[in-house]
This record gives sequence, structure tokens and C-alpha cells, in this order.
Amino acid sequence: MENLDQHQAETLAAIAEAATVQAIEAIRVSALGKQGWVSALLKSLGGMTREQRHSEGPKIHAAREAVTAALSERKAALEHAALEARLAAETVDLSLPASETPRGSVHPVSQVMDELAEIFADMGFAVASGPEIEDDWHNFTALNMPETHPARAMHDTFYFPDRDAEGRSMLLRTHTSPVQIRAMLDQGAPLRVIAPGRVYRSDSDATHTPMFHQIEGLVIDKGIHLGHLKWTLETFLKAFFERDDIVLRLRPSYFPFTEPSVEVDVGYTLVGGKRVVGGSGDAPDGGWMEVLGSGMVNRKVIAFGGLDPDEWQGFAFGTGVDRLAMLKYGMDDLRAFFDGDARWLGHYGFGALDVPTLSGGVGVRA
Amino acid sequence: MKFSLSWLKSVLDTKADARQIAEKLTSLGLEIESVEDASAALTKFRIARVLTAEKHPQADKLQVLSVDLGDGSPLQVVCGAPNARAGLVGVLGLPGAVVPANGMELRKSAIRGVESNGMMCSTRELCLGEDHDGIIELPADAPVGTSFADYLGSDPVFDVAITPNRPDCMGVYGIARDLAAAGLGVLKPITAVPVAGSFACPVEVRTDDPEGCPAFYGRVIRGVKNGPSPQWLQDFLKSAGQRPISALVDITNFVMLGYGRPAHAYDLARLTGAVVARKAREGETCLALNGKEYALQPFMTVIADDSGVHDIAGIMGGEHSGCTEETRDVLLEVAYFDPPSIARTGQALALASDARGRFERGVDPAFLDTGMDLLTSLILDICGGEASEVVRAGQPPLTRRTVAYDPALAGTLGGVDVGAGEQKRILAALGFAVAEDWTVTVPTWRPDVDGAPDIVEEVIRVHGLDAVPSTPLPRADGVARPTATAAQMTERRLRRAAAARGLHEAVTWSFLPEREAAHFADGQPLWTLANPISEDLKVMRPSLLPGLLVAAQRNLHRGASAVRLFEIGRRYLRGEGGASDEKPSLAVVLAGDAVPRGWDARVNGGKARAFDAFDAKAETLALLAEAGAPVDNLQVMGEAGAQFHPGQSATLRLGPKQVLARFGMLHPATAKAFDLDGPVAVAELFLDRIPARKGAGTFARSHFAPPALQAVKRDFAFLVDAGVPAADLLRAVRGADKQAIVGARVFDDFRGAGVPEGQKSLAIEITLQPVEKSFDEAALKALSDKVVAAAAKLGGVLRG
Repeated sequence: MENLDQHQAETLAAIAEAATVQAIEAIRVSALGKQGWVSALLKSLGGMTREQRHSEGPKIHAAREAVTAALSERKAALEHAALEARLAAETVDLSLPASETPRGSVHPVSQVMDELAEIFADMGFAVASGPEIEDDWHNFTALNMPETHPARAMHDTFYFPDRDAEGRSMLLRTHTSPVQIRAMLDQGAPLRVIAPGRVYRSDSDATHTPMFHQIEGLVIDKGIHLGHLKWTLETFLKAFFERDDIVLRLRPSYFPFTEPSVEVDVGYTLVGGKRVVGGSGDAPDGGWMEVLGSGMVNRKVIAFGGLDPDEWQGFAFGTGVDRLAMLKYGMDDLRAFFDGDARWLGHYGFGALDVPTLSGGVGVRA
Repeated sequence: MKFSLSWLKSVLDTKADARQIAEKLTSLGLEIESVEDASAALTKFRIARVLTAEKHPQADKLQVLSVDLGDGSPLQVVCGAPNARAGLVGVLGLPGAVVPANGMELRKSAIRGVESNGMMCSTRELCLGEDHDGIIELPADAPVGTSFADYLGSDPVFDVAITPNRPDCMGVYGIARDLAAAGLGVLKPITAVPVAGSFACPVEVRTDDPEGCPAFYGRVIRGVKNGPSPQWLQDFLKSAGQRPISALVDITNFVMLGYGRPAHAYDLARLTGAVVARKAREGETCLALNGKEYALQPFMTVIADDSGVHDIAGIMGGEHSGCTEETRDVLLEVAYFDPPSIARTGQALALASDARGRFERGVDPAFLDTGMDLLTSLILDICGGEASEVVRAGQPPLTRRTVAYDPALAGTLGGVDVGAGEQKRILAALGFAVAEDWTVTVPTWRPDVDGAPDIVEEVIRVHGLDAVPSTPLPRADGVARPTATAAQMTERRLRRAAAARGLHEAVTWSFLPEREAAHFADGQPLWTLANPISEDLKVMRPSLLPGLLVAAQRNLHRGASAVRLFEIGRRYLRGEGGASDEKPSLAVVLAGDAVPRGWDARVNGGKARAFDAFDAKAETLALLAEAGAPVDNLQVMGEAGAQFHPGQSATLRLGPKQVLARFGMLHPATAKAFDLDGPVAVAELFLDRIPARKGAGTFARSHFAPPALQAVKRDFAFLVDAGVPAADLLRAVRGADKQAIVGARVFDDFRGAGVPEGQKSLAIEITLQPVEKSFDEAALKALSDKVVAAAAKLGGVLRG
């Protein structure tokens, strides 16, 4: 069987030298194809004696296996090389930029309103709202500011020339306080609501804009007193600023719709020239700044709200949402809030996924 | 309200210093705005004696002084004051001192070649007066060498914000009363001695308007000499920020600022006939002391004589009859005016004054006589003269209010328990009378107190609000309940969805220039302010788009290449019966490049692509879906509005009438009106019209199991008239078999070669979902026939 050995050696050599998959295929056909030499040898087994088959059979099968294995191995190697070559050719410069996805933002006022809603929800407050174009009864009279009340003049009110069906002058609400009246009339007592929203004063300078945002809080229940107000405001400010060292200073003041009335200052510390809320205002680097107006709801206001002031009492407070946002997040120009400058919004705005939660903290750290 | 410490000490016996007083005032509710001490700025100025004064060698108007500070080593100082001379004792600013008037720091310098070691100062330079004609001249025995601040003595000035409920504290005396009640001293009694008149009042004084002027007291003082008032009075008034004018005027101002009691002094020579408080007559005017002429209306109270109006009662005196240096005989007016009348008149005339501020808040009706006594004795002391008897026309409202009080209220309303004895002490110190049964009688000077809560406030503000302990609000069991309403949740979702889609949330003005609002009015009547702060902020927006367009324009002008803005807010419409109808809305503005130019040629050939109507549609549908609108059932229809490109805009409707949103390209005319170059895509969602989500209320969703059998896709191409909306064909095809056809989408819209003129070829991919068994050839053929038949109803012909 010199013939077999020689064939095998030649075929294996050819396989080793084959440079393409096509060449491998040609070798396969010449060896293992119907007319191939291995197939011919296998066919020849039928004409052999039993002894010859015993001796030649294994050799022929071994040759077939050796060729098959060599073919397969060489083919895989060639395919691998071809793939490598193709992939090398497909190289791209991944330092090029990927397609840009624009990044949107949530306005600081909305973010802070969401934060406030989250904090107050934990204290059992729902969110109430009312019209911004109000009548003077809801905005003033029902809040114990009759027509000649000096406080009316202090409100710098925007008026419309219109009157409603009841002859009441229409105006832009100067505070969120009319929502107190609407909430009491609509929902009765007991009641715990906050009412954030736009308010308007005819006032414009570096720190005032004719439109700004306030949030009102109202609790009406039995046995509510000034101590509850103090606790609520302390608790709220601690949660909002995520600081335990919030110190409040309560000062007697005057609002027609509360009695007693209390103005609330919060202590701050000067850090690098900036006011950081926290600590006592009487500390060496400290000071007090006014953050909230509040008080026990005036009996007349409770009555205007359709409730019996002998049965129900409660407290109300109000503060500026824009100001809270500025204090917490460090903007220093109120006018920029309403400019719609995408650069400012991109910097001071919040991500869509920055949803305030109690477990994750209601604030978003820089 | 400004006053000096020495003024306060003239009525309050106290050892407290300025800081203690300031802190107490704030804690009492009399908020300190500032405490200023002029002397604090003068510690580096010293008293010095001029030893010699020689002419400056280089300058005619300058002198070279040798100045002694008492330490035996005189300093050389160059001075330009004409009164600088040897022997003068004045004030020297040393190097390092800062001149209060201009903030300049003094330095050793050479003036025209002569060394100068400081500056001899004028009163104006030290903010002590107006005099700048020469340097300060002190008495010859002034202690040379000592600090001028020490010599002057410190007299801090308090500036206190008085809340509108406290007319009693619009006088130093009322402030002193509060401080005394809070334990900061002893209130001195008012020592006005009644002055008996030596002759009958020669003028008839009466009130013909008992409603506006219930009481009008008058008295003549004749033979006065009106000149500058004495120094102490001038100093008091200056501390209050008032310019001394003349003794008579200064005295009325002193009584007003010191006791909250406005009064007026008329020059009797200027009056003719009876002086009467009455209503103004139609057409009457008054030239007031501020030099302005005011047209009066018949509801206003005035003081007039036979010749006409002399005084807008309780607000401002007239120019004509005011006191001057020549005044010899004066008529004093001490009256009580009805606070609401004063407020109405003041508001109508837009005229603010110290007197109005006090009368409209309510002066003490029991203080008329005391006020008259104070004025009379001061005038007699300072200006001399002889007083007539007092004429008292009318009666001030002297009824004293009583309040039924329960001392337990301090705890149940005020949140702090204050002992009954302490409460009584506080109330008595403030002038309240407390009966055995806790009926509290309110002092005449406290018109603000009319109920038990007011008494609580008096008690706790004097007791100290710091003493109120924090008390937790009662809390419901368990974790906090959800509180947000469906509308609030929708807004929150939309806001974050829009931000997640790459849009910046803007907050723009609710009011717009009339032109911009009118552009989006769509025929609705607008809300227009009667008193806008400017023409730019005048009309309430009927849409959020104009505000966002203006913001977009600003961004583009700042160089932004792409602007993506949205806003959620109200549009302001008119409701029934004159009420406001404010509707929640969301608007989007897309301007500039939707896709910037880039290196990747596969994306728009590497070129920038401007925003188009489909960008607006994508935002609209995505956001409507977030808001819970049934987006699959909406019809795309026209009539987006005149502000839109007529061929590239649409409305999305639920049924033919209910427009949930509009979107598309801005009309070029609108873009031009808003100064926007290039195409702008916009969208507006009317959130109020989105129906509430059905099935809300349960957490469990409807049953669903993914089908076990594989879905099959089939493509169809139909020739239809070019005017047939693709959505119509899609809906028809989809409806061909509502069970089997679970999806249909257009994947080609072709016009041109092979498609007849006026037609288009729409290619649609249909997804068929078998349920119980796979589709066989016959079933697929039947479905295909249904699809073709459905398309045929719209004139669609299957392309071969």
C-alpha cells in the first residue's frame, strides 16, 4: 500500500499549503469526493478477501480520518484568518462622538414645588389650587382686608377693568392666601393643605419681579395652636434643607388674616460670603433672614371660609418658592427664572429622574 | 419710623443700651430695620486747636495751619476754609480716618508742595449738617485732643418698621410704652399742663361733616414769633429724617412723631370767616404743601373757610395758609378723622403723607386735648404769644371696646402657658384694664384690638415668642397617604417626560404685550390689565406659545443652534359670569437644528436637519400618551389655527370636535411677528380636554398572556389619490379584520415614476396574529382579500 501512504502524504501537504477555502474544497473533492482516491480505496475493500480487508481496512479508514481532520482544521484556520482580516478592515474611530441625545431639564420652581409637596404629604397636607385671576372678595375681603384697609394699598395689586357677576373687582391674586378661603369653602374642616402657585405684585427691581411663586399652608382642626405652627415650620425647613441645625426665630408681626401673626426668621451662617441656612442667627458668623409669614388663622377668616371659629382653629403660613429655590440651590438672580435661557435652565434645572422622594432625600445635591 | 435714643430716653426711663433696645423691639414685633450711630464713624476725628495760620506759599486760597492735639507736638495741616484762623477749636481728621460724607480715607499728603497731616472738617463732611462754608467751630473750652465721637456723645438712631395695625407706635411714646411693658424701663408720664385761654377763640370752628370729621378742636395763639426751632427739637427731627423748617411747623411734627398725633397750624392772617370741616364740592381743588394741585371729589373731607379749601383733611395742608416766618397769629387744628374716609381719599389722590399714615390707621381719639396742650405749651415756650380758649366742635368716638377674655387662651391658641398674674401685668402695662371676670377694656390708642386672639397676641409677644414650645401636629396612623390629585399627577408625569425627551422646562410671564397675546387670541376676548407695570406685561396669555416663542427667539439670538423648550402652565380665558377660566396647558417650541451636522454621512448625509412638523408630532403624541390620552384613537385633522403653516400643521382630535392638541410648523407670518428666522415647529396640548384615564382606581391590569403562536407579517402597496391621508388608509386596513390584524404601519409613501399623476403609492406592513391555530394558505388569502377590499373603499388599488 505504498500508493496509500504516498497519496496521504501528498494530500496532507496540499492541505497544509492550501491558501483559500476554495482550494481546501478542491482537495476535499479530490480525496473524499465520489471520484476521490480515498473513496476509490474504500470501494476497493469490497473486492478484497477477508484477510486483506482486515489488514487494509483500518489503514484506509485511518487515511480518511486523517485527511478529514486536516481539511477541517485547515478550513477553520483559513476562515478565522479571513474573519480577522475582515474585522480589521471594519475598524472605526470610536473616539468620534456618538449621536447626541439632547438633555432636557425640569425648572427649579417645579422641582422645589415637587419637593414641598413630598415633604408636606408626609405631614398629611394635600395640594390645593385656585384661580390666579381672582376677585377682590377672595383676595382681600374674605382675608379680613376690607376696602379701606391700609394693607390693601401695600399689596401693589394688578387690577382688571372687569367685574364678575357679583360686581366684584377682578385682579391678579397678590398672594396664594385666597386658596385658604376656597379650600375651606370647598372641603370644610379638618383641613391640611398647601397651595403653591403664581402670584403677582406691581413691583419690579433687582429682587422683585411682577410675577413670582408662593406657597401657602393651612391647617384647620380642633385644638391647633401656635406651638403646632412652630413645629410644622421647623420640621418642614429641616426636611427641605436636609439639616438638623435649623434654628427659627419667631417675631410678632401683622397680617390681617392671622391673629396672632408671626414672622419667621431662619438662622444662617456666612460661608465664603454666602448665606448658608443653618445654625443660630446669633452666632458670630450668623444672621437672621425672614423666610415665612404665618400666624393663627383670624376668626373672621375662618367664618368667611364657612366654618365656626368657636369650633375650629388653625394656622396658616406663606413663603416664596423662588426664594426657597435660591436659598437652597444658590441662584442669585430672580429675573433669570423667567427668561427661558436654555444655558441657565441646563445649569440650574433638574434631571427628569431627579424625582424627590423621602427615602432618597427631597433635595438634589450639586 | 425713625427716632434717636435720646428722644426715646426723653419718654422712657431706661438703662438699656441701643443693642438691648433693638433686640427687644424686634421681639415685640416692632422690627428693627437698622440702628445707626453717626458718632461711630467719627472715632478717628479729634478735637484740635489752630495755633497759627499762615498763607500757603503757592496758593492764594489755602492756608498752612499748625494744629495742636494737646500732646505738645503740633501737626502741619493745609486748609482751604475761609474761617480757619489762629485760636479756632475745630475737628481734625487724622490719616486713616474715613470721611463719612464721601467714604474717602485721609492720608498724609503734600498739597501744592506743602505737607499736610490731616484735614480740618466741615459739618457736611462729617454728615452732621449741610454747612460747608467753613470748618466746624467748637466752643473755645472744648477738650482739645479728645475724640470727636466722645465729645458729641453717641446717639444711635433706630429705624423701626411699624406694622399697619399699630398706629400707637407711629409715635415714640407708643414705642416706649411697649418697651416698658416688656421690662426695659419705666414710661414717663406725659407732662402737658392744660393752658387756660386768656381770650375767646376769634375764629368760628365747626364740623359740617360729622362722618368724615367727627371732632375738630381749634385754638388761636396770637403774637407768636416764628423762627428756627431750638437745637434739641431740630436734633430730634433730624434723627427722624425730617428737615427742620420753622418752630411752628417743627412743633407740629414733633407732636406727630413723638406722640402719633398729627395736627395743623394755619396762618390766621390767611383765613377768612369760619373754618369748617366739610365735604369737598364738585370742581374744588387744593394746592397742597408739596406744591401739587389736587382735584377734590365730593366724598373727600376738607378744611375750608369762606375763601376756599385750605387743607385736604388729615392728609396734607394747603400751600396758601401754611405758617411762614411772617406768621404772627396761628390757628391750631387738632381733629379726629374717620380712618376709612382718609384711606379712600388718600388712595384716590395717590397722596401719601405722615398724617395720612396715622389717621387712616386710627389715631387715639382720647388724645385731642392732650395733643392740644402739648402743642400750646411748646408754642408758648418757643414762640411766645398768647393762647385763646379751645373750641371743641363735635365729639371723637370715645366708646371703649371690651373683650371677653380667658387667660387659658394663651395656651390653647398661643401655645404657651403664661400665668394669670403675668398676663394681667402685661395687659395693664400696655394700658388695658382687666376686670375680675377677665373682661378686658381696650385702650383708646389700640384700634386694632377687637377680639380675644388680639389679647393673646399682646400677652405672648411681650412674654416672648421664644417661649412657645414646638408641638408636633397629630399624625395619622401608618405611612403618609397619597395626596396628589389626578391632574397634579398628570402634570408631574408630563413635566418629567418632556424633560426626559430632551426639552428644557421654561417658566415664562403670564402676561404679554398686547400684540403677542392678540396673535394667539383666536377670537377669544382677552384679560387686559387696567394698571400694567409696562406695556410688555399687559395682557394675560391665551396660549403658552407666544411666551415660549419669545424665549426661543432670545436663545437663538444668543447663538443657540437648537432650542427645545416646553412650559406647563395656565392659559387665561374668560369663564361664565365674568369669572376667570384658567386651563392647564403644555406647549413645546422646537427651533433651529433637530440634528446638527455631523461626521456620520448616514445621518442626513452629514448635514444639519431643521426641526419639522413630524418632530412636533412626535413630541405631541409622546406627551399625550404620558397624559393618558387614547393616542391610537385620535384623528389627525386640520384647522390648527392661523398661526400655523396651513399645509404643515394639524390638530389631534378625540371625535370631530374635541381638539386635544395642535402641532406643526409656525406660519412664516407668525415667525416674522416674533422675529424668528427659519422654520419653527411647535405643539400645544390642551390638558383640560384629555379625558380621565379609564379603569384608574385599581392596581390590577386586564388579563393578558402573550400569544403562543407566531405572528405573520404581510406587505401591501396601494395606489390612492394623493389627497387621501395615510392615516385614513391605515385605519381602514386595520379595521379589515379586527381580530387577526394586530398592527399596521406605513413604510413607504412614494410619488413619481410608475405612479400616475395625482396619486401616491402607500406601502403598508400588516401584522397578523393567529390565536388558536396557525394561518393556512386559504386563511391568509381570505385576510389579504379583506385588506384589499378595505383599501378599495378609499379608492385604493393594490399595486401588482
